[in-house]
Amino acid sequence: MSPFLLSVMVAIVALVGVYLYRVLRGPTVFDRVLGLNGVATKAIILLVLIGTVYGRVDMFVDIATGYALLNLVGALAIAKYLEGRWEV
Amino acid sequence: MIAVGMVLIVIGLFFLVVAAVGMVRLPDVYSRSHALSITDSLGALFLLVGLAVYQGLNMTSLRIFGVLVLIYLLNPVTAHATVRAAYRAGVKPWNGGGDKS
Repeated sequence: MSPFLLSVMVAIVALVGVYLYRVLRGPTVFDRVLGLNGVATKAIILLVLIGTVYGRVDMFVDIATGYALLNLVGALAIAKYLEGRWEV
Repeated sequence: MIAVGMVLIVIGLFFLVVAAVGMVRLPDVYSRSHALSITDSLGALFLLVGLAVYQGLNMTSLRIFGVLVLIYLLNPVTAHATVRAAYRAGVKPWNGGGDKS
């Protein structure tokens, strides 16, 4: 395991912590949804990075694809649900 | 080849840090979605291309590009849906911090 990729992984996990601050402190619920979208993008990048570290990118790319599609469905469902309510 | 991949990964990490700073510092859900959707996608572009170059160009890197295309299709859709829901739910845009409307 190369120390360069390991330090990149640690940096991305620290960025996930920054996004979780926005998820916890968001004034409206839409800030929290945006923060979770950012965490999902970081998770996709982190999955491909883990695949590169272990030398099995062909397997982890499929997991990343599935995670991206699942994130799309979840985010669209939450957005459409909150669009019907007229108070925040 | 590995050095080029390292440079691309560091550039992508810089853009991800810029997106995180914008996510914390910007005052509004609309401006925050701006930081998230644009800068974060650019950071993902550099980072995934850097990873594909780092592990050697073959058929697997083509699938990494497939994940990248998927991110570029799905990230604007989710950001647009969230911001439209915020607008229709009546979230007021930031007006400069003062009392002027």
